[in-house]
Amino acid sequence: MKTAVIVYPGSNCDRDAAMAIERVTGTAPAMVWHGEPSLPEGLDFIMVPGGFSYGDYLRSGAIAARSPITADLIKKAESGVPVLGVCNGFQILTETGLLPGTLMRNSGLRFVCEKAPVLVETTNSRFTRAYGESRELTIPIAHHDGNFFADDETLNRIEGEGQVAFRYANNPNGSARDIAGVTNAAGNVLGMMPHPERAVDADHGGTDGLKLFESVLGGAS
Amino acid sequence: MTELAENPRYAEGIDEQIVLEHVTADEYEIILKELGRAPNLVELGIFSVMWSEHCSYKSSRIHLAKFPTKGERVIHGPGENAGVVDIGDGQAAIFKMESHNHPSFIEPYQGAATGVGGILRDVFTMGARPVALMNALRFGDPKHPKTRQLVSGVAAGIGGYGNCVGVPTVGGETNFDKGYNGNILVNAMAVGLADTDKIFTAAAREPDFPVLYVGAKTGRDGIHGATMASAEFGEGSEEKRPTVQVGDPFTEKKLIEACLELMAEDAISSIQDMGAAGLTSSSVEMASSGGLGIELDLDHVPQREEAMSAYEMMLSESQERMLIIVKPGREHVAERIFRKWDLDVAVIGKTAEHGRLVLRHKGEVVCDLPLDPIGENAPKYDRPHFPAEARARINPAQLRAPEHLGETLAQLIGTPDMASKRWIWSQYDRHVMADTAASSEDPADAAIVRVHGTNKALAITTDCTPRYCAADPFEGGKQAVAEAWRNLTAVGADPIAITDCLNFGNPERPEIMGQFVGCVEGMAKACEALSFPVVSGNVSLYNETDGRAIPPTPGVGGLGLIPDMAKRAGYGCMSEGDVLLLVGETAGALGASLYLREVEGREDGAPPKVELAAEKRNGDFVRAQIREGRTAAVHDLSDGGLACAAAEMAMASGCGTKLAYTGPVPLFAWLFGEDQARYLIAARPDAAEAMLAAAKADGVPVEVVGLAGGRFVSINGGHAVDIIRLKQAHENWMPTLMAGEPEANAAE
Repeated sequence: MKTAVIVYPGSNCDRDAAMAIERVTGTAPAMVWHGEPSLPEGLDFIMVPGGFSYGDYLRSGAIAARSPITADLIKKAESGVPVLGVCNGFQILTETGLLPGTLMRNSGLRFVCEKAPVLVETTNSRFTRAYGESRELTIPIAHHDGNFFADDETLNRIEGEGQVAFRYANNPNGSARDIAGVTNAAGNVLGMMPHPERAVDADHGGTDGLKLFESVLGGAS
Repeated sequence: MTELAENPRYAEGIDEQIVLEHVTADEYEIILKELGRAPNLVELGIFSVMWSEHCSYKSSRIHLAKFPTKGERVIHGPGENAGVVDIGDGQAAIFKMESHNHPSFIEPYQGAATGVGGILRDVFTMGARPVALMNALRFGDPKHPKTRQLVSGVAAGIGGYGNCVGVPTVGGETNFDKGYNGNILVNAMAVGLADTDKIFTAAAREPDFPVLYVGAKTGRDGIHGATMASAEFGEGSEEKRPTVQVGDPFTEKKLIEACLELMAEDAISSIQDMGAAGLTSSSVEMASSGGLGIELDLDHVPQREEAMSAYEMMLSESQERMLIIVKPGREHVAERIFRKWDLDVAVIGKTAEHGRLVLRHKGEVVCDLPLDPIGENAPKYDRPHFPAEARARINPAQLRAPEHLGETLAQLIGTPDMASKRWIWSQYDRHVMADTAASSEDPADAAIVRVHGTNKALAITTDCTPRYCAADPFEGGKQAVAEAWRNLTAVGADPIAITDCLNFGNPERPEIMGQFVGCVEGMAKACEALSFPVVSGNVSLYNETDGRAIPPTPGVGGLGLIPDMAKRAGYGCMSEGDVLLLVGETAGALGASLYLREVEGREDGAPPKVELAAEKRNGDFVRAQIREGRTAAVHDLSDGGLACAAAEMAMASGCGTKLAYTGPVPLFAWLFGEDQARYLIAARPDAAEAMLAAAKADGVPVEVVGLAGGRFVSINGGHAVDIIRLKQAHENWMPTLMAGEPEANAAE
């Protein structure tokens, strides 16, 4: 199992991401600095972690989406490598165009950190197949710009195509149709605002995020 | 520098008024004597900030010497950027608390944000990766027209900085009292982890070592911030906004990573952050504490604005900057790392043998001062102080008992001091770094943060009861320390040491100085008795507006160690059938209590007395019971006494409590009295039996005060109040306040 976590200036969930991956695979991921010209070859999984890349300046994720390493990320995602973007990682992935929609400021205008009830919308995905019957999860959220927005046509399409992976049970940020996580049409790229990497340890945020990593990391090995 | 012909009283371009804007008349005489000549403006500016209360501790120093600062776990006590304690296995915890009161009142968002930034730098300067943030906030009357805006700005500022930097804000406390209407308190605490063989200090070691400036560029922000923080507020405080610094947490995050990366290399000789008084205090402190001198060429200082003068550069408090003395020939290592992180790096000078601060700008020497008078030999004052007048004890028998005690409990649990502060802490990322085991959202008396990659955890708390300190500074000082010790104990931790943040009014008034001295002496006494030394701290004086001082608020930040994460406690796991045990003695102390203030509308009376021997004995007993695995839930008793503790356990556990009165004090005093050194424990019946037997053997007063069960908190089968009702009162107060319409008289 060969995995990588991209580290942008201002990424701050990179260590959490690495710990979660290592917990499931037994092997530490490669930590790839944004200034590197490319990601390692032969990766089975790439994670774009949360944080405040470039201080959220200009627009969350906008500058990171144009960072040198991101060009290679887009190439690898388009070739089918599974990619998970969490929080700021989700924002970056929408900025690259790999995922539909965008993340606006929370409707309450304040940063929100809580353990959020999240519904698994489909278990028919490489990121959620291990969830089986357990539909409602508790996963920590922590963001200022998590209000998912897309036009109705896009929303209808992604719902119709089964690209909505997670919804909030109690919408904390005004997201359209309670959407908490979406995949691309091919199903190999997932972006989500809740932090599954903070829910892999009973002593920390619970273990409801573990199956996501098991789904995507277990199957490909 | 222009050669002075015959030692005139004032240097060129300076007059008496300019002097008095910087130092007092007496202090100017000392400067003239020390220098043997008149200082120029740059030099005068340097004296001004270095001798400010904020930097020199001139009013407090002689009293701070009363604190015990040593202990078997103490590696570095006060005097360094932060305190350092040994947590075993070659690791150390590094921590400090600091105030950012004055700037936060003037500009709440940036004031609070830069308070967080500053305290983080104090910790990572010493080689620690910051792992937790805490904050202790005091605001004015909730109804005061400014309060909501200040709460909202401070919370957003703390969150805005801590969330972006990626260090979890795990806990703290928030109080409201009209005494803070004109001066709010924003005290931030940071805790970091380092290897004991990788701890960095500030003192310069060798002459002719290169001095590096790293981080953000220097601008004109925050000039004279330290001086502003050393004065009272009055008419026109808003005009001081330009003295507030502006923070950039993104730069701080890069600075943390770059510094830690450089610290892993063999390049740094010593390192110091640029906090209050920026380049001046960092260079003076490094050279002075190393018994050396320092020479800087200000032309090399990275500047954000054009045509900055030497005076502006030396007094700027631009954020996210550090001064590093590197080993000769290792400059390139630092340059490589800081460039990687897109941060400025420049060699701006060198250490020197001569014990002076020499500054050059545009080819001229603009400052040449001996360091001793600026730093080590700064003025120290033994200001006159009057002890506070002793207050009479309150006899509960002379108070009217409430009719329905459940209603009184619901009232207290929804008062500003007791109500949930979810509105505030839900804006803080409490989980980043994936090691938070208990934070503000969890029912635990202290925050718990796992030591990364181990089964140990740090327990962290901040405490102070200003009501008690106002009533009796000495007992109040003792209580602040004892409560911190108790909160750490209640989660199962071994209390190790404290940091402090001493917030008071104008020390030139003997009654204020009396509060300060009383609190410090009380704290020292408690620290001594509980083997809980002071390892770092900060003093904030002149928290006063138009002659009205804040209540004395000596904040304590306590740190403890949980050796085994499996043996920790909280108060949310009480279940049907658990026996409730009260540890400690109940005398029904209602003086200066929450009950007296909220129910009787009185703030008089002597506060509860802290019996330190009982505190130690009872705490050691409780900790031992937690480690024996006998407790289901443990909660310390503080504001609102036994009834409020029981209510909090019930709300957190979703299980009621049936309290059974044991006398002999009047029932309402038994419920709401704030006697110290007490804990409420819930345990399965067999475990409760074992604890009672252990208590008897150890001579610890423990009694059964009821059972857990149902969905009410009741007393002797009556006075019942539904948990849901308590929760509503507890949770609704703050959202309702913050959603309120602005007061009509907002101009007040």
